[in-house]
Amino acid sequence: MDPEPFEVGHVVREAINILSSSRNGVQISEALGTIKCYLGGTENQAPLKEREEFTRVHFSAFLRGLVSNLSPDWIELLTSDQQKELWDSFFLEGPADQVFLVLLDSIISMGPSFCLMKVISILEQFLQTGGMSALMWEVCHQQAQAGLPTFQETLLNKVVCLPDHLCNKLQGNNLPIFFPQNYFPLLATEIIQVLQRISDSLRDGLDCSISFVSQVLGKVCMHGRREEILKVLVPRLMDLTKVDCIWQRICWRLVECVPDRWIEAVVCGFVQKAPGADVLSRLLGNLVVKNKKAQFVVTQKLLLQQYSYATAVLQNLLGYLALDSLRRYLLIKVLKELLETWGSSSAVKHSPVEQQLYVSKAILICLSHLKEPEIESNGQELLTSMMGGMKCHLDSNLPRVRRLGMIVAESISSRITTDGPCLKFQYEDDDETRELKSLQQTALLQLPVTDLPNHEGGEGDMVKSTWTNSCLRFFHSDDDLIPYDMSEDKELKKMKVPVYIRDCIEVLTGSEDMDKWEATMKVLESLIRRNSATTREVSMELAKVLLHLEEKTYIEGFVELRKRALVAVTITDAVVQYLTSQFYSLNYSLCQRMDILDVLALAAQELSQPQASGKNKPRSTQSPCIQTVPGSDSSQNWRRIVDERIKSKTRRLAKGQSLVEPACGPNKFSSLAGHFFFPLIQNFDRPLVTFDLLGDDHLVLGRLAHTLAILMYFAIHTVAAAAMGKSLLEFVWALRFHTDSYVRQGLLSAVSSILLSVPSERLLEDMTDEFLETQSWLADVAEKDPDGDCRRLAWQNLLLMENLLKKLRSVPS
Amino acid sequence: MALPPPDPQFVLRGTSAEVHTLHFYCGGQEPDYPILFSGSSNGLIHVWNLKTRRVDTILDGHGGKSVYWVEAINGRDRLLSQGSNQQICLWDLAEGRNTVTDSVFTENVGFCKSSLLKVAQGHWLMAMPGKDLDEPDFGSCPFLLAGYEDGSVILWNLSGGKILSRLGCHQEPVMSLDFDSEKKKGVSGSSEEVLTVWSLDEQQNLKVQKTHKLVNAGIADVAIRQDKKILATAGWDHRIRIFGWKKLKPLAILNYHTATVHCVSFSDHSRPSERLLAAGSKDHRISIWSIYNQTSGALHCSLETRKPD
Repeated sequence: MDPEPFEVGHVVREAINILSSSRNGVQISEALGTIKCYLGGTENQAPLKEREEFTRVHFSAFLRGLVSNLSPDWIELLTSDQQKELWDSFFLEGPADQVFLVLLDSIISMGPSFCLMKVISILEQFLQTGGMSALMWEVCHQQAQAGLPTFQETLLNKVVCLPDHLCNKLQGNNLPIFFPQNYFPLLATEIIQVLQRISDSLRDGLDCSISFVSQVLGKVCMHGRREEILKVLVPRLMDLTKVDCIWQRICWRLVECVPDRWIEAVVCGFVQKAPGADVLSRLLGNLVVKNKKAQFVVTQKLLLQQYSYATAVLQNLLGYLALDSLRRYLLIKVLKELLETWGSSSAVKHSPVEQQLYVSKAILICLSHLKEPEIESNGQELLTSMMGGMKCHLDSNLPRVRRLGMIVAESISSRITTDGPCLKFQYEDDDETRELKSLQQTALLQLPVTDLPNHEGGEGDMVKSTWTNSCLRFFHSDDDLIPYDMSEDKELKKMKVPVYIRDCIEVLTGSEDMDKWEATMKVLESLIRRNSATTREVSMELAKVLLHLEEKTYIEGFVELRKRALVAVTITDAVVQYLTSQFYSLNYSLCQRMDILDVLALAAQELSQPQASGKNKPRSTQSPCIQTVPGSDSSQNWRRIVDERIKSKTRRLAKGQSLVEPACGPNKFSSLAGHFFFPLIQNFDRPLVTFDLLGDDHLVLGRLAHTLAILMYFAIHTVAAAAMGKSLLEFVWALRFHTDSYVRQGLLSAVSSILLSVPSERLLEDMTDEFLETQSWLADVAEKDPDGDCRRLAWQNLLLMENLLKKLRSVPS
Repeated sequence: MALPPPDPQFVLRGTSAEVHTLHFYCGGQEPDYPILFSGSSNGLIHVWNLKTRRVDTILDGHGGKSVYWVEAINGRDRLLSQGSNQQICLWDLAEGRNTVTDSVFTENVGFCKSSLLKVAQGHWLMAMPGKDLDEPDFGSCPFLLAGYEDGSVILWNLSGGKILSRLGCHQEPVMSLDFDSEKKKGVSGSSEEVLTVWSLDEQQNLKVQKTHKLVNAGIADVAIRQDKKILATAGWDHRIRIFGWKKLKPLAILNYHTATVHCVSFSDHSRPSERLLAAGSKDHRISIWSIYNQTSGALHCSLETRKPD
């Protein structure tokens, strides 16, 4: 045996003894000085072998000894210079991994004391002087010579959990450097330094392992701190990898070496933080090809399972797949999978609209990245999935889903057929469709990921600047004359308009003169409202004509004109029975049936509203019905603006009671409510040859549910309300598991109407069972329904129920 | 939200015939009340008192044929009127008289109006249409602008009787034109659906500056207000349109008449705030409007209140 190791051990033990027993400053400092020789760096170093021996075997023990001896009066035996030179230097200059472990262990085990404060201040200095990079470098260095796995494991834990430990220990007195928002950025800069040293040593031809750094990165990301660490790390790496291929290799290795269980967190972080697909490609390399787990995350999880990421992230991700020939097969694979999801009718029905939007965006971006030959070789497949997907999207009742289907189908078809006609749908453009369409073009022009707060700020500025612009234009325009409203400037019609209702019927049924026909349509509603007596004579005929009327030539707002006229007829004379019976009869188009529903709803609304002395006032716009055109006219608007302006300029000293009495009159809907309601609800489950509410025609079913809800709502304070509520609850119960979310929305609003319109005593006494059943169904919907609107409606209903019950309890019967 | 266009300030009824021409005389001193002359299709010229809004006098001198041009000269004592009986009459209206003192026979049987230029005190030049002229108008002193039925506008030098410039600016006959001699640009309307603004450059050449497409075809009359701020047109579509004269920015559509508007005219009130616009129509009515005649200060005040907080 070599005697020297024994000797080093002897010296160390002696020194520890002196430290713990002696009360003599000089003796202590001498002992410390002796040990210091083993650390090296001073002029009288111990031989190399002894130094290695010391650091490997005795250093930790010695440090522990130092810490355990620490007490206020002990430390005062040394002068402050000596403290710094002898005591502190062991921690700041010794092997960083051991120092770190000893420090953290003692912090964890110690109670609040002077000693703890001292150790913490040493730890702070340790962090500030780049201790972490020394630590990681140390481990990386050892790893090349196969270090101890358990030791590394503990070290890793301590490094990542340092903020937690210190926070637990110090509570309110924590130092800022240990806050996660400060510590992890610091860690990131230290990581960069280690990587710098690794790259230097690689350039010198030395071997180095990076896996400990990867582990640190992975574990930090996993612990939910990827925002803090990648905020610093990604931009630095982006700069460093720009020109240097060794740095690129290091970066690739860094991500590749992250253990599988943490790779998801790291990859997600990189995808979100990278400012563009090219950067992402530089940082990740061909990771998705090499690592199965990463591949799964990128191609499945981020695209098909999650849908909360911004569009820019999608662009990064898919652009990354498209950038390298090795990865392009994945792009095509991803596209096929996306199309499969997009085209699956079950997904369209059951997944939230937001997810469908996300998938659609992904498809559009994929398409924009595909090249001609790739499309050609997959053309047939694309076509098939497009046809399938288009069908189930167009079947949907939600306009947004239909539009998504149209846009994606249009874009696919335009890519498949380069020459010749491609699909073209008619839909109104809004922000969403414009965004989707822009995605088709932005393949090469990558949008950078901007931080959200910045983005908002920018937008605010923009709004402000346009506002000031418009103001400036207002004040400094050349001619300061303000134009009047010129919307009335329409083309002049030279046609005589009919004056009698019978003439109108004649024109509408027989005339081939389109101008006359158009003029008639425009004047019909006012004629009907003015001549109620004549209308009564011909009401049935008129209703029939109007219901079967088709748009022979293009008239602006034809549908609305016809609907208004029908409503006017319905109000003037009870043709309700006719309309309700026609709803379930043969030989009507779905469109006509839905018109019947709309007319009934509008008529019910108008009837139920009190009208002072029979005057027909313009309809209020905030009604809950499905109005397509708000009926306010400009003079009303103008009056409102003037009133508001007067109000704002007038100071009122005392505000008296408002004197405006609400218009009152008998509710005309009361006697008719039953006629509106029951014929509609009776036959919904009896399919006709051309009309099957429970089958394919779920759009009409949805409208029916909404209309019933509206009728119920307007039937408040009527005698029939309780009976109506009961049968409507049964209707809801029968259809509660309908697959179409539009129908479910209708049912939920029907429940709301019931809760609002049916007197609460009736509801709770006569329909207790139904009430309770509905409540449990609502709770279920509120939690599990895939559609956001449905969930919200269900919550509202539950709240309404809660309030009802509360009110009932507070009034003892 | 733009304000709805205003209603007419008042309406003069009782001509019992289509109103073809209007002429204000408002420049008189205080005891004199503002006057509006109107010529109608039954050959009568009505003299309206704008204070009482009643007819003062009715002049009958065109044998029941329609009157399509009237203009006062020498204050309100003399009146020139042109009718489709191919006569241009000079009336003496001083001290309550209403007699035709002189008349000229014109060869023209069309609907072209004459034009008058005051050369010096008591000395006028009148351009009257010959066989195929249409709507003449004076520019600066010896120049005459004339619109023709072939859609062109021609600038004549009167001293030499030469054509200086010719501009084919319409496909259809020019119905009316007006010229702003300050800015050296004019406007013409025709029976098609465009309004054309043309300018006169240093070399006395006419150039089309801007055209404005209307919703409905047919401009019977155009008039630029004396302050050169706005332009009014009389439309066959029953509407009076107001444009900003600087940029031809559409400002308002005045919708009152139920038949073709034949003529528009701005009053020559000395105070800008009293300035009126009159329009005569086939529906026998003359509508009087007060529009865009606030001073600019007042306008700014109203803007101030419109500003959103």
